[in-house]
Amino acid sequence: MHLNYIVALMLKEFLAVLRDKRSRFVLIAPPVVQLLVFSFAATYDLNHVPVAIYDEDRGGEARALIARLEGSPTFEIVVKISHQDEIAALIDNREVLMVLHIGQNFSTELQRGERAPLQVILDGRNSNTAMVAMNYLHTVLLDYNRSWLSAQGQNSPKVSLQTRAWYNENLQSRWFIVPGIMGLLILVVALLVTALSVAREREAGTFDQLLVTPLRPAEILIGKAIPGIIIGGLEATLILVLMVVLFDIPLRGDLGALYLGIVLFLLSAVGMGLMISAIAVTQQQAILGAFLFLVPAVILSGFSTPIANMPEPVQWLTYLDPLRYFLVVVRGVMLEGDSYALLMHQYWPMVIIGVGSLVMAGWLFRRRMY
Amino acid sequence: MNASARMRVWGMIRKESLQILRDPSSISIAFVMPVVLLFLFGYGVSLDAKDIAVGIVIEQPDTASDALAGAFERSAFFRPQRFESIQMARQALDEHRIDGVVWLRSDFSTRLFSGNEAPIGVIVNGVDSNQANITKRYIEGAWLAWLDHYAGIRGQSILMPVELESRVWFNAALSSRLFLVPGLIAIIMTLIGSLLTAMVVAREWERGTMEALMATPLRMTEMLAGKLIPYFVLGMGGMLLSVALAVWQFDVPLRGSFWLLMVSSALFMLVALAIGLLISVVSKNQFVAGQVAIIATFLPAFILSGFLFDINSMPEVIQWLTHLIPARYFVAILQTLFLAGDVWPVVLSNMGALLLMLVFFAVLVWHKTGKGLE
Repeated sequence: MHLNYIVALMLKEFLAVLRDKRSRFVLIAPPVVQLLVFSFAATYDLNHVPVAIYDEDRGGEARALIARLEGSPTFEIVVKISHQDEIAALIDNREVLMVLHIGQNFSTELQRGERAPLQVILDGRNSNTAMVAMNYLHTVLLDYNRSWLSAQGQNSPKVSLQTRAWYNENLQSRWFIVPGIMGLLILVVALLVTALSVAREREAGTFDQLLVTPLRPAEILIGKAIPGIIIGGLEATLILVLMVVLFDIPLRGDLGALYLGIVLFLLSAVGMGLMISAIAVTQQQAILGAFLFLVPAVILSGFSTPIANMPEPVQWLTYLDPLRYFLVVVRGVMLEGDSYALLMHQYWPMVIIGVGSLVMAGWLFRRRMY
Repeated sequence: MNASARMRVWGMIRKESLQILRDPSSISIAFVMPVVLLFLFGYGVSLDAKDIAVGIVIEQPDTASDALAGAFERSAFFRPQRFESIQMARQALDEHRIDGVVWLRSDFSTRLFSGNEAPIGVIVNGVDSNQANITKRYIEGAWLAWLDHYAGIRGQSILMPVELESRVWFNAALSSRLFLVPGLIAIIMTLIGSLLTAMVVAREWERGTMEALMATPLRMTEMLAGKLIPYFVLGMGGMLLSVALAVWQFDVPLRGSFWLLMVSSALFMLVALAIGLLISVVSKNQFVAGQVAIIATFLPAFILSGFLFDINSMPEVIQWLTHLIPARYFVAILQTLFLAGDVWPVVLSNMGALLLMLVFFAVLVWHKTGKGLE
């Protein structure tokens, strides 16, 4: 192993990526912009849910219920309707997400001590939004019921739930999503930088020249892997700073445990990138190949939808996905304050994926040497 | 178009089609990727929580507390596990073996029967806040069911006077598959229209064959037409494949008209192609074109289009930004056409926006390509 050869190749790789103004630009600017835009955009929390009220009752009880809804930051009553026929158009045209129908006898039934149904019609086109909105509405109703009962002098239920959420006390989805975006962005950068490195040389014909130099395949591999890890690591640091400073995401755990995760994750990402690069003949194939890996990797990682909800065979598939492990590490360290011991089961699979893919890439390089 | 022009365009189409057919990566982006994506989203990915692992800690088991535990065990949403002590349950929560804990303290029943406040402790792991909210809601549901049952036994009055009766239109079971699969078509078409096209045309610039093409009698319009028609066909092919899979494999209803879906898809495809061309003309380099296409078209289509995240809940500034993402309009059309039907106000306004974008990008491409050589 010749260290100076490797260093020379690394320098060349850095220059190849950073020399061109536009290449430099796409490595630095977009991740930052994406982090900002996506972090604000990617939330499952609802606010300003447009609601229409169809109040046939007009009694005091109905008014009190509407007032509660108006007081909630989640809902925004945009229109009050007075006819059944108006509902369909409002929902169809997406002017409101839900229509709350308070029936004629609502107040009377309540006063008589009967159950008073409250009808709600929801637009289910976005099923998650509909579900979340319904949950919010349930909470508002629970409060309303309790205060109504106690106003009537009846005992409200003595058994209460005292719910506490650990690690993300206010259940903000931003705390969950933004660390995920970090994983997503550094995966994209590390993968593309390495996936294109060999393909570019092969397309330009310089890969053959590289092969006739005294560099051994393993040295070429290392020389091409390390720039990807360094660029990815710097980008991760930049994103980490932005996350903590700008988005107030807590960093509760050990920074060392996080960086160990970042390095191992980048190792596996770079290994995958080089493997794709070794298979691809042209840059186009390399980018599209990187993409064919990237998209399932993101979807199966638990970035936006939980792995536990996937069917069992698909869950097995996620074990091959390095992003899956890294997301647990980054969320674990930042939110839960995990340290090395708890994350051990996330570290070693990334090592296996990284080393395995690098060995595979090395084998493919050798095989490509005619 | 006269005969020689037709011949020139046809020659160009033939060249492009051969290039597509000979490159396995183009074919896989156009046909393998849609199938992979559809199967992942159709079967793999779901926001619908099931089998939530909750730990139940009952410090002093008796009939009242057993009835509550039974409410969890009967619920289809939970996979309850008993723990001896709250410490053990917390440990399990830390190690991600369970997602929540329901904790009845040793004095629960005594307090309950003496008419005192009897609090039940609930802890959820809040890291995935969306799932935590759903878990919380299900725990609340099981608790309410138990309360109602308990009140009935003791002959007390109704505990929940106002009851929600919900009806969900278009997707009664709130299955996330019905919501995700239609939007996916916009993502697949963005991939083919923008990413693939940007790469292909950038390659032509990078290798210098664009200059060779310019030296031929081929006019700019003819070249663009010849380049784009094969990708248009490819994209529409990917779309038809996706629609077929959505309807027949994943049982997503197509309540609107098929032709309206075709027309709006064609319109979106043209916008995506125009953007792909623009990226390639501006970057003239495959690395940059690939990166820009992913960053400017694919990721926004994923995150800013309303495909996964609700646009209304985004901050105002981001909401304006989403208006610049063509996929936003197409996702709205797709979700409406598949689940709701031909709702003209929604379809027409979104198609109008797509048309405006098409004109804008076409003019821009025209302007940029016209400059020709550096």
